[in-house]
Amino acid sequence: MTALPTRKLEAWRFTDLRQISSTEFGAPPAMAAAPDLPDLPFPRFVFLNGTLNAALSTAFAYAKPFAPVREQGAQPMALINAANAKDGINIEVPDGVDAGEVLLISQASGATPFAFHPRHRVTLGQGAKLTIIEIDKGEGVYWQNALFDIDVAQGATLQHFRLQQESVEAFNITSIRARIAQAAAYEHFTLTLGAKLSRTEIEADLVGETALAHLNAAQLLGGAQHGDFTTIIRHKAPNCPSRQTVKSVLAGKARGVFQGKIEVDQIAQKTDGYQMSQALLLSPDAEMDIKPELQIFADDVKCSHGATIGALDEEQVFYLRSRGIPEADARQILIRAFLEEALEPVTHDASKAIFEDALESWWGKQ
Amino acid sequence: MSSTTDAVIQDLAAQKYKYGFTTEIEMEEFPKGLSPDIVRMISAKKGEPAWLLEWRLKAYEAWLKMEEPTWARIHHAPIAYQDLYYYAAPAKAAPKSLDEVDPELLRTYEKLGIPLNERAALAGVAVDAVFDSVSVATTFRDTLAKAGVIFCPISEAVREHPELVRKYLGSVVPAGDNYFAALNSAVFSDGSFVFIPKGVKCPMELSTYFRINARNTGQFERTLIIAEDGASVSYLEGCTAPMRDENQLHAAVVELVAMDDAKIKYSTVQNWYPGDADGKGGIYNFVTKRGACRGRNSKISWTQVETGSAITWKYPSCILQGEGSVGEFYSVAVTNGHQQADTGTKMIHIGKNTSSTIISKGISAGKSNNTYRGQVKILPGASGARNFTQCDSLLIGDQCGAHTVPYIENRNASAKVEHEATTSKIAEDQLFYCRSRGLSEEDAVGLIVNGFCKDVLKELPMEFAVEAQKLLAVSLEGSVG
Amino acid sequence: MLEIKNLHARIGDAEILKGVTLTIPDGEIHAIMGPNGAGKSTLSYVLSGRDGYEVTEGEAIYNGQNILEMEPEERAAAGLFLAFQYPVELPGVGNANFLRTALNAIRRSRGEEELDAVAFLKQARAAVKQLAMKEDFLKRNVNVGFSGGEKKRNEMLQMALLKPGLAILDETDSGLDIDALKIVAEGVNALRSEKFSALVITHYQRLLDHIVPDVVHVLANGKIVRSGNADLAKELEASGYVGLEAA
Repeated sequence: MTALPTRKLEAWRFTDLRQISSTEFGAPPAMAAAPDLPDLPFPRFVFLNGTLNAALSTAFAYAKPFAPVREQGAQPMALINAANAKDGINIEVPDGVDAGEVLLISQASGATPFAFHPRHRVTLGQGAKLTIIEIDKGEGVYWQNALFDIDVAQGATLQHFRLQQESVEAFNITSIRARIAQAAAYEHFTLTLGAKLSRTEIEADLVGETALAHLNAAQLLGGAQHGDFTTIIRHKAPNCPSRQTVKSVLAGKARGVFQGKIEVDQIAQKTDGYQMSQALLLSPDAEMDIKPELQIFADDVKCSHGATIGALDEEQVFYLRSRGIPEADARQILIRAFLEEALEPVTHDASKAIFEDALESWWGKQ
Repeated sequence: MSSTTDAVIQDLAAQKYKYGFTTEIEMEEFPKGLSPDIVRMISAKKGEPAWLLEWRLKAYEAWLKMEEPTWARIHHAPIAYQDLYYYAAPAKAAPKSLDEVDPELLRTYEKLGIPLNERAALAGVAVDAVFDSVSVATTFRDTLAKAGVIFCPISEAVREHPELVRKYLGSVVPAGDNYFAALNSAVFSDGSFVFIPKGVKCPMELSTYFRINARNTGQFERTLIIAEDGASVSYLEGCTAPMRDENQLHAAVVELVAMDDAKIKYSTVQNWYPGDADGKGGIYNFVTKRGACRGRNSKISWTQVETGSAITWKYPSCILQGEGSVGEFYSVAVTNGHQQADTGTKMIHIGKNTSSTIISKGISAGKSNNTYRGQVKILPGASGARNFTQCDSLLIGDQCGAHTVPYIENRNASAKVEHEATTSKIAEDQLFYCRSRGLSEEDAVGLIVNGFCKDVLKELPMEFAVEAQKLLAVSLEGSVG
Repeated sequence: MLEIKNLHARIGDAEILKGVTLTIPDGEIHAIMGPNGAGKSTLSYVLSGRDGYEVTEGEAIYNGQNILEMEPEERAAAGLFLAFQYPVELPGVGNANFLRTALNAIRRSRGEEELDAVAFLKQARAAVKQLAMKEDFLKRNVNVGFSGGEKKRNEMLQMALLKPGLAILDETDSGLDIDALKIVAEGVNALRSEKFSALVITHYQRLLDHIVPDVVHVLANGKIVRSGNADLAKELEASGYVGLEAA
């Protein structure tokens, strides 16, 4: 098996996987029932410990059987996934079809550590549309090492909204590779609340003119959680916009990481790249590491990144309190407002409600 | 862009490096290559004490075990360290006064615009000139001595003030800090030494000019500046080299130490030979510069204008240890032709209420690559620390690259870190506006670039600022886009 | 009724208030004037409970409670309202949401029933209309991108909705234009009643042309050095604070 990357690799300098490499993960145990499935009227894929459960899932017209593919890349996580992948969704939406929403649920539970490596494939034909609502939950010690290969053809739009609420003893590494064609869009939002250690890594290639990548994330972490959101956006065609807003709220001894690289090829004139990463440290032991990166080979571009790390603004807290709002509420209001910019593009009501509920339960635990 | 623009680019493609002449004087060189014997020869030549030879040999041992760093965005053919000369100096014995300096050398410095005697007096700048490996003249020593300031070649400081050199040498940049610092520690031949005693404000700007003249020579100067409690000094450094087809290596180390309430301002205008239009020749500039703010409320400010060198690898940094200490980094880096610059800073916040400011302006033209690489690190003890970083890149032409690689690591909740970066091209409407008011395209670019760099240039001492502005214009000749 | 008795306060090692004594009965509007650095802003911050100010002596009793011992939100619930000199911007926080949260928090602490969204919006819209503000005011983020005048209007809107018993208006050195002055004045005058009192802190007399005070106090070097009726303000305008600071 391919070795896990170490911190010696520049791409992994802030995220140490030794917690994973030092754990013996067995095969996933059988799991029959899934607690609290969302009550939403959409077709659904329900994976229990990494295996599709036909009874809990519903039919989706554009689903194809799982088909393992040979891994072309050299990334360690993708190679490990390819070597171990046993199941995953395989969606193909034909040209011009609006396939609506689909739920992708992963639930995990087991008495001893186990690992699963879902390999998902999502292909949208020209002008097609799809919204994937993904919810990852579980309990116990496990490692989900998921991979998505996404292809969005000309004029198509894929919305991908993820709620990562894994067990706080679990590990979640999710790698997403998206190819976005002319006038197509990939709109992504991940809300990271769970897992002891997690990383969402997105590579988005903008290969046709005016292709759009919108990669947003919010992570709220406490205890000794480690959350990493890493993106690489490659502008390979002219006139493409890319947008990223990443917000981290860190309590306890949590550590947040954001690495965001924007690459602009020589051909990609009129690129418009925007990236903002902000972190709130709520406790003295929290840590945030940010590495925004621009690599630009075209001259007629507009690229910017910004990063801030700090505590809540006490001036704002006082203003709210002077209007009668109790301190804890004042802080919650300000933290929610801090997250707003990242959540903004989630205009899909059902998805937004899921995120709001998840945030509510997070406040409850703090 | 317009066809006139293209024509302008063609016209100016072969830009002139006006400092590219060589000086014909008799040189003393050691055999080429690096070995413990060469290290011993350098040390013996300088009449160094045993501890310093030991230190050099240890650095050499460390260097042997190290590998050239590869993380920077630079590409070059392997450097043949055994084909370099590690010591070259004018053959005549070191001068005791200006009258004894080889007139040919003085003429060289005059051509470079560095006034060693009368003009120095008028400008009120004390100058230490380093020619290849040795320091040839230090002006204004008497005036400085009266104030208690020591400003002399470091080789002389080793003899005259061994206790100070021994105490501080390698205390900020240890001998084995990195590949190039280790190399420097083993073979450094000269450089400047500055000591500002307690409470003294250095009565004048101190200045060093470095020049590489000899062929196949590496220049490894070492600068050490110490400002005791309440002392302050402004130090300027300028660099040039002749045009040569082969690449020349420059691996300097600069160490600054600021005690309580001390202030050190270190300004550099780096104009080493960048190589020709095809990327042949030019200086490889691998420099380690680091300042330690050891005292409370101490301040170290780096300002650099980097227009020369084929390769620039340089990260002037501040270790902010003293409570309330301040670090600043103001940088303009211009690359044109086939130049490669990978430069930036590190701000390490250790003490409480430390603050740092980073303003970096990168301008890429021609077929060059210009990278800002920086690190802001807030350690758990640095409560109330502040950092503000702004790095802007400007691209001129579509054959060049501009890259920004900041690392921001914060482990203290009460610290506040802000980082902004933008990349853009010179706006067509700005260019048009200037030209419609009668400016040539070249002048318009110069004007806009100078405006882009204003926040940095204003940090330079006056006499340097003018020179730097001219340099910017010269460096960008033939790059209009 | 607000009774400030021998109030001493410091910032760090510097004592700013050196024994302020002052009584504001219900229904009255008092003005505090004084030279720069007299401690005017400090007084308003100490009364509203901002961090960084240490009360070393004295008390401030409002309706029988020593407000200096209360948290800022408890003071608000008790009926105190501080109109900020420079209202704080809250990006991402909608004005309506903010106002309703504040109003309901205060109602809750007073044992009143919370307002639902509909009832709240009805009240808020009425207040917006009364203050001649645009409806979209409620949808915008709190003070974000507001002009100076709009921020003042927003403060007055909050005051109108929260219905405080005692308003403290800190207008120490603000370069308010005449329109903004009028907004503040209208906001205060609209609330004038037997149950409402206000403390207007200002450096210049001109604000008092629009809010006519019952009593004018002069604060200099951390103490009240003179008190009088509205004419005192005019006198100060003419003669300045010279001679008062030594007192």
